[in-house]
This record gives sequence, structure tokens and C-alpha cells, in this order.
Amino acid sequence: MKYIDYMQLNPFQRFGFKFVEFFRLLPKRIKDFFCFIGRSIKNFFVGIGRFIADYFMGFIHGDIFTKLSYIFMGVGNIAKGQVVKGIAFFILEALYIVFMVFFGGGAIVNLIGLVAVYNQIPIAGPGNRFNDVLIFNSTQNLLFGILAVMATIAFIAIYFVSIKSALNCERIKRNGGKPMNFKQESMELLNSRFHTTLLTLPIILISVFVLLPLIFMIAMAFTNFGMGAGTIESFKWVGLRNFENIFSISSDGGASMGETFLKVAGWTLVWAVFATFSNYILGMVVALMINKKGIKLKKLWRTLFVMTIAVPQFVTLLLMSQMLKPDSESAFNIIASWLGAAEPINLWSSANDGLLARITVIVVNCWVGIPYTILMTSGILMNIPEDLYESARIDGAGPVKSFVKITLPYMLFVTTPYLITTFIGNVNNFNVIFLLSQGNPKVNEYKYGAGKTDLMITLLYKLSIDQNKYGLGAAIGILVFIICATLSLVTFNMTKSAKNEEEFS
Amino acid sequence: MIKSYKLRRFFANTFIYITLAVMGLIWIFPLVWLVLHSFRINAADPSIAPSVLVPRLFPAFNEYGIDNYVLLFTETNFPRWFLNTLFVATCSCIISTLSVLMVAYAFSRLRFKARKPFINVGMIMGMFPGFMTTIALYHILGIMQLEQSLVGLILCYSGGAGLGYLVAKGFFDTIPRALDEAATIDGANRNQIFWKIILPMSKPIVVYTVLTSFIGPWCDFILVNIIMRDNEANFTVARGLYSWTDQQKINDNYRFFLSGSVVVAIPITALFLYMQKYYVEGVTAGGVKG
Repeated sequence: MKYIDYMQLNPFQRFGFKFVEFFRLLPKRIKDFFCFIGRSIKNFFVGIGRFIADYFMGFIHGDIFTKLSYIFMGVGNIAKGQVVKGIAFFILEALYIVFMVFFGGGAIVNLIGLVAVYNQIPIAGPGNRFNDVLIFNSTQNLLFGILAVMATIAFIAIYFVSIKSALNCERIKRNGGKPMNFKQESMELLNSRFHTTLLTLPIILISVFVLLPLIFMIAMAFTNFGMGAGTIESFKWVGLRNFENIFSISSDGGASMGETFLKVAGWTLVWAVFATFSNYILGMVVALMINKKGIKLKKLWRTLFVMTIAVPQFVTLLLMSQMLKPDSESAFNIIASWLGAAEPINLWSSANDGLLARITVIVVNCWVGIPYTILMTSGILMNIPEDLYESARIDGAGPVKSFVKITLPYMLFVTTPYLITTFIGNVNNFNVIFLLSQGNPKVNEYKYGAGKTDLMITLLYKLSIDQNKYGLGAAIGILVFIICATLSLVTFNMTKSAKNEEEFS
Repeated sequence: MIKSYKLRRFFANTFIYITLAVMGLIWIFPLVWLVLHSFRINAADPSIAPSVLVPRLFPAFNEYGIDNYVLLFTETNFPRWFLNTLFVATCSCIISTLSVLMVAYAFSRLRFKARKPFINVGMIMGMFPGFMTTIALYHILGIMQLEQSLVGLILCYSGGAGLGYLVAKGFFDTIPRALDEAATIDGANRNQIFWKIILPMSKPIVVYTVLTSFIGPWCDFILVNIIMRDNEANFTVARGLYSWTDQQKINDNYRFFLSGSVVVAIPITALFLYMQKYYVEGVTAGGVKG
């Protein structure tokens, strides 16, 4: 079908066409995907092969100092005149060996078993009695082990950098040049190697404060921490048992983790869809109203809404949770009684599957989120060419129609990345649920104190902080990651293909 | 025809004004409620906490007084928490801003072999639920002998800041490359380009980064909750205020919760209103592409 034919279809036909097209192209896309993966793997191994070849060829053809620097890092550099750099490499190697001998090696061995290490101190007195003193508990074993593995990987990287540098020196020397001295090389750190200067510190910080804890928690998902005999002091590897537990259905029909998790996951998706789009559309409508020609006091209206963003979210949310309390003296029920409610309304009752509570959190989230949308979209809304609306009005389109036909498609086209991040943010929206409802109403069919408004992320919190089931919590964290990653991959791909199909003009 | 068009516009505008007024009322109401109730005292004896349950929406006329605020600063831990937060926010703001700008500049302007892999790894790390790592952070700080300390908290806030480089990178991407080239021809190295050309041109994004990283610690309580456990002396305001909503002691502490919230909200609101412009510029440059 030509593009012009496509443009003549009505929306339903277009949708149908896209639908059919999607499935027609699916096999090809899947094939492309696997080809891509295959190619990447091939390139990866070819790269590694070339790397190893270079590594050994360098050893065979190198002079004695270069050969030595395969064992003693930095010797080659020293021999070729790069004394400071060579010594630095050498010291690094020495440090690493000392680290591994006295600490790292043991830590990696402990990582394999994870068993707590006790030191037996004999007790004075008759008989052979010992007092067990804990040296490393399992948590420390896990942490130190991961640390040692990370240090090893970093060392291997440095090792290859040093080899490369030694080979480089030799090549320069052989071609009759002179390797850069320390001062020149330091100057390069501000120019051609400026990225090293800029990134070193942030990468170290990120490795220690993001990567290390992340690996730690991922590893935790494969231990029995908080399950059965596993405590903070001693736990062990259990493979995929936590994931099995998440999807386990109890045989006696009582509350089970599997049922709880699936229901919470379902509600999380419903919540994310409603929370994202209600904010998005309503916020845009309000922004349009404020920006409409002929409306006065624009600044006042905008400030009124923006004020609510400025107040820290935890303040407003805690305040809301106090105002929405079920007793008759809460602000909500006072207003409700003015409006004619005979008795206090309990928003957090578990009647109707907690429907009222669920609606409440979505509405309060609108209160929180609409000002953000106003702030974000105001500028973009002003960029929509005025003549589009003009001609629509001449053709007889009302405000609703021009919103649906002009504003919404335009905004969707421009703000898709923003929408995707908001959606992911809502899947992980801890604050609103935790501060507002704490997951209430709690129901018996949910395990571990989870309630009808609990999201996966608050369930994670409840499991790990309240119930001390770290293993289970970490496993849920991994599932949340998988869901978020899949969602953003799929949507980003879809928007890319949409962009190729039709440019919005 | 003209008349009916005018009439229609009049009705439309009236409708919009009414809607905006009603919505504005709904949006501003909780804030007004907060401020008014923060002044509410026990009319009979101001030193005793007023009952939490109020049968009317706003306090009666004889119930207003500043005793809550006086007591907040003299009788509670609040001043200490406030200073803690100020300290943590300032330090982590400096570290975070530097690392964000450095990472953003490196990924936006410099081309090196590991660039793509680093960006991908950063994106993957960003997709894990953020506070999954906080539990591990507690143990890591324990190893560094920094558990339950403010320095540890600063490191936790600013350690991962480099990952939030996307918005700043989006901004740097919009600065024309011709500038860099011209400077290179004039003999500037990349370090000089960064400090003398790019940064002075990026005021909006610098302000945005500084303010967001400064405001962060004022609003976060999950991390503090997990890192500080029950070490009340080292709480930040957010965690402290949260502890005052504890159901067991809410009768004594509710007034402090309200007045403390107002005291925290005032500087943050002022900062935010000031940086509003930069906020929009920053986010729209990085997060939204036309």
C-alpha cells in the first residue's frame, strides 16, 4: 500500500491496517532480532579472538622487557622511559596481590559457600570447651565476596591496559620515536583523554554506591535470607527457590504468595495506566484552558497550580492521608457532610474489592501530578501552530474535536519519551501509595500484610523491611526490573517504527 | 452572527474561569488548611497540645497562636534535623552537581570507545527500582564505619548522582559543536572548552542540577528511614516529620508535624518558584524531543 492510500483510510481502517501489518512483519522482525543478536555475538567473539591474538603476538615479538611486563606490570614502560607510569602499574599489581592474599581470596572462597565463619576461642577451665565468635556473617561474606570479584575485574582491565601500553611503547621505540613522558601524558588527560579525567570519580562512586548494592541485592534473590532457616547472620544459596515461591499457590485455598503477587502486579499496571493518562490528559486540558486567548490572570492560575509542586511531596501526601481519614472529624468527612452525606465515608474500606480506595489514590495522584503536566506541556502546547486550530474551527470542529484531533496527536508525537518515563515512574511510584494509603485496605486474601492499593514496589518494601524477607523482596525487585525494561524496550521500538511511518507535520 | 460568536466566546470564557477557579480552590485548599491548622493551639492552655480531632474545617478564631512554632524550635529535635538536612543537602548538592555535569559533558561531547557500553549499562542500572539498593547500602556503610552517620547519608545521595546525567546531556547536545571546533582551532584543550565555553553557556542546566540535587534530601525519607534506623539525632526533616505522624503519639506531635511542614515547605517553595523557568527549560531540553 502506498502512503497516499494509507492517508485516505479512516482511523479504524488505519488501525486495522497497522494491526495486520504488525503481524505480517512480526516473523521478519523476530528474524532480524535474532540475526542482530547472532551478529553481535559473532562480532564479540571475533573481537576477543583478535584481542587474544594481539596479546600473544605481542608477547612473542616483544623484547625481554615487554615479555617481563606480562608478569610484572609496568616493567616495559620503565625500560622505555615512562618511569612514573611504569612504577604506578607495578604498585597497583603489588597492591592487588597483597589484597588477594590477605583478604580477597578468602572473601571469594566465602562467597561460594556463604556460610558464616566462626572463630573458636577456647574457654578457660576444665574440658575442651570453645566459644564461637562470629567473624564474618553471611551478609558480610556476600558483600566482601562481590567486592573482591569487582576488584578482580577492575584489576584485569588495568592489566590489559598496562600490556597495551607496554606494546605501544615498544612500537613507538621501534619506529624510532620517543614515548611520551609523564608530563606530556598528564596533559593528554586534559585533552584527548579528557573523558578519563571526567568519568573516573563518578564511575568509582557509582560502582560503590549503585552497582555494588545492586549486585548484592540481585544475589540476595538467590539466597534463603528471610526464608526458613535463613537469617541475616547465616543464609545460603538456594537457586531459584524465591522465584518459585513468588508464584506458588497454596494448596489449601488460603492466602498465597502467588495470588498476592499476581493481583498486586495486575493492580500496578492498572494504576500505572490510569495514573499516567489521567494526569497527562487532564493536565493538558487545564494547560490549554490557562493558555487560551482572552483568559486573564494567566500567571496567577499557573502559580496556583505550581505552588503545589513546590511544597515537598511527602508533606502534601501525609497531609492528604490525615485529611482523608475515615473518622467523622477528618476534613474530607466534614465536607462530605456539608454535601449531604449522612454518615462518615470510609475511603479505605475493603468493600467492593477496595474500589473506593483505589479510586482515591488515583484521584489524589491527579492532584499531585496535574501541575507537573501543566508545567511540562505549557511550552510545547504554545508551539502548536495556531492556524491548525483556526482551520479546524472554520471546518466546524468544536473544542473537544480539535483537542482529540489536533492537540492530542501532536502532543503524543512530541512527548512520547516523557510519557514512557512517567509510566515507568508510576509503576515505581512508592511515595503516593506508601504515604497516602500504606497499601490499605488490607484483606485476608493477600499475604504478608499486603493490601488492595499496594504496588509491587510497596510490596517489595513490606516484604523486606516489615517482614524481613529480603530474598523474596529482592526477587520481586528483579521482576519489576524485567517488566520495566520490557515495557520501555517495546514502547521505544514502537515509537521508532511509528516515526519512520509518518512524520507529524 | 458576530453577536452570537461573541456571546459564545463569553460563555466559553466564563465556563473556563469557573472551572479554573474551582480547580484552583481544590488545589490550594490543602495548603491553606495546612497553614491555618499549623497555628491552631489549645485555646484554654497553649502549652498543651490541642486535640487532633477538630469538628470543623478551620480552627475557631480564639484558637490561633504562634505557640506551636515557638515550641517547635525550643522543645523538639526539629532545629537539629533542620541543620542536619541543610548540611546533607549542601554537601550532596556539590558532589552531585559536579558528577552530573562531568558525566553529561563526557557523554555528550567526547567520543571514546567505552561510551556506548557505559551509556547502556547506566540505562540498565536505572531501570531497577531505586530503593532496592538502599538495604545493601546500610551494610556497605557499615563496612566503611559510616553507618547511621550524616557523611554516609551524603555519600548515598550523591554516589549515584552521575547516573542522572540524561537531562544535562540533552542540554549539552543542543549547544552547537562549531563552538568547540572554533575553540580547538584557537588552541584550547577540552578541559578549557568545558570550563570556559560550555559551562558559562549552560546556566539553566547548572541551576536546574544544583537546585534539584539540593531539594532532593529535603523531600526524601525512605533512604533516611533505612540508613538511620532509629538514630533520631541524625534524622533529616522529612524523616523527622514522618516520625511525628506515628499513630501512637500523634496527639502530642500532630501540631509539630503541621508547623514543621510549613517551616520546611517555605524555603523549598521559594527555591522552586525561583527555578521554575530553569526546571521547564532543563526537562524539556533533555526529556522531550521534537
